[in-house]
This record gives sequence, structure tokens and C-alpha cells, in this order.
Amino acid sequence: MNSFPINSIRKDFPILKSKINNHDLVYFDNAATTQKPQSVIDSISNYYEKYNSNIHRGVHSLAEKATNEFEKTRTKIKKFINAKSNTEIVFTRGTTEGINLISSSLGKYKFSEGDEIIISEMEHHSNIVPWQMIAKEKNLKLNMINVTDEGKIDLNDFKNIISSKTKLVSLVHISNTLGTVNPIKEIVEICNTNNIISVIDGAQASAHSVIDVQNINCDFYVLSAHKMYGPTGVGVVYGKEKLLEEMPPYMGGGEMIKEVKFSGTSYNDLPYKFEAGTPNIGDVIGFKEAINYIENLGKDQIIQYEDKLRDYAQKELNSIDGFRIIGNSENKIGIFSFTIENFHYYDLGLLLDAKGIAVRTGHHCTQPLMDKYNLDGTARVSLALYNTEEEVDFFVDSVKNLLNR
Amino acid sequence: MKEMSIQKEIIDDFKVLDGDLEMTLNYLMELGEKLDVFNEKDKKEENIVKGCQSKVWLTYKKSEDKLFFSGDSNTAITKGLLSLLIRIFSGKSCKEILDTKLFFIGDIGLNRFIGTQRSNGLESMENKFRIIALSNK
Repeated sequence: MNSFPINSIRKDFPILKSKINNHDLVYFDNAATTQKPQSVIDSISNYYEKYNSNIHRGVHSLAEKATNEFEKTRTKIKKFINAKSNTEIVFTRGTTEGINLISSSLGKYKFSEGDEIIISEMEHHSNIVPWQMIAKEKNLKLNMINVTDEGKIDLNDFKNIISSKTKLVSLVHISNTLGTVNPIKEIVEICNTNNIISVIDGAQASAHSVIDVQNINCDFYVLSAHKMYGPTGVGVVYGKEKLLEEMPPYMGGGEMIKEVKFSGTSYNDLPYKFEAGTPNIGDVIGFKEAINYIENLGKDQIIQYEDKLRDYAQKELNSIDGFRIIGNSENKIGIFSFTIENFHYYDLGLLLDAKGIAVRTGHHCTQPLMDKYNLDGTARVSLALYNTEEEVDFFVDSVKNLLNR
Repeated sequence: MKEMSIQKEIIDDFKVLDGDLEMTLNYLMELGEKLDVFNEKDKKEENIVKGCQSKVWLTYKKSEDKLFFSGDSNTAITKGLLSLLIRIFSGKSCKEILDTKLFFIGDIGLNRFIGTQRSNGLESMENKFRIIALSNK
């Protein structure tokens, strides 16, 4: 393998040249959102400068160009996650909206009183609250799979809580707090055997692991562009065509209709049935460039580089006195939630910011998980393809200096 | 006018740091460390300042018509901020506390601590002083 072109990669991301509080920016908050390469930024400006137009129903040249570019992203993402067809790719505002779309639409016809939904203790609030809402509305039971002390899904617990009333399982592929890569293929297989609908929250996984929805064989896979070097405000729901076909629309309005009469409306075909209103055209087009960027580098090469960086970081971080990593699965990505003895994460976050280092602090939208570990929050380092061992060193030295102050 | 001069003193104290964030945070933490030891028994629900990501407790004693505050936080930087508020508000009458307008924070380069979205809740702390003053009026 050719060596990973880290120097040229860093030049592709203009924000990495920034000085923050008179220091070089060290951006370790990638699980919250990733930075964007110049090609993504340019493609969005280019759209607004050269062919801004509403899509799908225009006959003029700009509309045709905008529609083509928009639909090219759909084709791109279809290939990126290996869906069978473009009709299975629905654009949303992000993972949160995606899960709400699924829960709300399925809730209209699929669940009856007493049915059960399973999530896990490590879910992001976005994969808890929508299910709580539908459970309350429909009198469903919401069960949580235990997470082990090292931060893994307890598969035995999962098998035990499945019942004949279980209708749906919604699980995170990679935990935003723990970094744990969950055995989703195995979990989905269990779901399929038991005729249970499976939803996978791929927000953290999409940039850091290979996604093959046909291989996973899940019913739904949800992701966000902004966590994979693309713009904010764009996400994708992948759904198996058969399910999407039978599901009622999530929102009503323009684009999602075939024919509107006051006596009744017929809905558009997939995937447009789920895309009411003018979408975020410019950012969807920008998303295509983000996928191009990942593909040009090669996902395997990226993963290889990130794994090496994760191992290096893990070793160096553990050399800090009183450092405790929350989430020690043997299968994890470069996300490190941690506490340091006698050092509050809030102080740490601010003091590191003074050195130009961006980390996230708090509960990371996973309060049930924090409760499980008896924590009110942690600091979190989350790595991406443009981070380096030198940055890890600077981080570790900075923390050690703070501890010695 | 007294509280104006305390705030001006604070602004002068911070001036030497020249807006350097790291030095400012370190100085804040030093100030926090100098706060009188807070009675652990007073770390109860009714003394918690709501709306802070960090935990903050605030109590007071009334002597004649003046209020004297003591407080604590589980985070060093917030404790430093709290110490500044205690310095400004302690030893004042309820009316003086309610009449005091805070202006020092922007002048010492700590604008980041202002605003409803900020998790440290400087405003929540300030409000707690005012609520105590109102309830003792």
C-alpha cells in the first residue's frame, strides 16, 4: 500500500490552517461533526453561483442541471452503501430526521398496543426519543439492551428480551460515546429470523467503516452527511424498497404527490414520496463531493490509517495519570470518552481550547449511558482521517502539563 | 457606586493578562481556590444553582441589612467566575444587589461565558444572587 498522503490531505481542509487562541487548531471533535474539504465547499458555491434552481419540475436548463447533479448524489450514495436501487435512498436533514421519519411512518400502521421495540443503553438521544414518542402514542413497550462494563452490547440480554411481541430493533452501528463497533450483522440476522424490523443508526459509522446494506441485510440504515466530511443539513434513510413502498408518507407537501385534488391526493413514487418540499439542493450536491473525497482516498486506506492512529492514541492516552477511558471494546474506532481523576471535564475542555484543541465535553446526548456508568459527563476525543500522531502527542503533552500546574 | 469600583478593580486585575485565554482561565481557577471553604452540609438541593452544566452551590448569611455569600462549584473555572460574583455582591444590601448591573465580564475577555446557550450558566449564577436579594428584601 502507498503511504497515506496525510500532508496533502491536511491541505485539502482549509479550516485546519486556522489558529485558535494563538495555537494551531487540533480538531478532535469529529464525532460531533467533521470538517469539510475544499472540493465540498467549492461544489456548494459552484451550485449557487452557476446553476441554482429548483429541481425535478422545471423544464429550463438550470433546473435540468440542478436536478441531474442532485440525482447524481443519490446514485453515488446508493453505490457507497451498496443499496439495490436509487428508490431505496431517501434524502433527509440528517440522522435524527431519518429516525423520526421511520418511527413516525411505521407508527401509523405497523404497531399496535402492547407491541415491543428494542433499543440499547448506548443509543444517542436521537435513537431513543423518537421511539419513546411513538411508544407513548401507541402504548408500546420500549426495552433497552444492557451494555457491558467494557461498553459492548450484551448479546445474551438482547436474545432474552426478544419476544413474540417485538416488532422493531433500532441500534447504533458505532457508538458516538464509546466508539464501540456493534455486531450489527449478527443482530440483524437475529431480527430477520424473528421477523423483526431492523433500523441501524449509522451516523458515526458511515465515514469510518465500510457500509454494505445488502450484506448487513437490515431494513433501514440511517446516516448524516456532515459526519462524513459533507455539509450539515443532509442525511439519508436507506430502506428496503418493499417496506418503503407500504409505508405512508412522513410529511405532506410539494414533490411527494402524484396528483392533488380536494377529493384526495395520490402520492409520488419512491423515493420522492418521502421528500416533501424543496430539499437542501446545494448541500445534497456538496455531499456527492464528500463521498468522492472518501472514495478517491479509498475507504480501506482510510480505515487502515485511522486504526493505526486509534492504537497510537490509545497507548499514549493511557500514559496520562488518572486517565480512564469509557468504552474498551476490542472492536472500536478512534473515539475516546474519558475522565481524569480530580479534573472536571468542563475545566479540561476550556483549558484545552486555550491551546487550540477542540474536544467535546458533557453527556454526548447519551444520558442513559452516562447513568449506567454513574457519570454526569466525560471529555471526548474523536479522530478523523486528517488527524495525526503529532496532534495526539500535543494533546497528551497539554493534558500532562495541565495536570502538573 | 461601590460595586462599580469593584467591577473596575476586577477589570484592572485582568488587564495584565492581555486577553490571553489560557492565562485568564488559570487566573480564574486561582481566584476560585481562594474562596473560603464551603460547608459540605450546605451542598443541598435548595442551594444548587439551576441551569449550570457544572454544579454550583450558593448560600448566604444576613448581617444587619447586608448579605454575605459563600459558594462552591465542582469545576475550577466556574468556581473562579463564582468568586468574582461573590466579590461583587457580598456585603451589600438587597437593594444594592438588585441595583447592580454587571458589566465586567465582557471587559475581561470572557464574553464566551455570557448567553443562554453557554453551559456554565453565568446568568443562572447571577440570577441566584438576585433571587436571594429579592427574597430578603
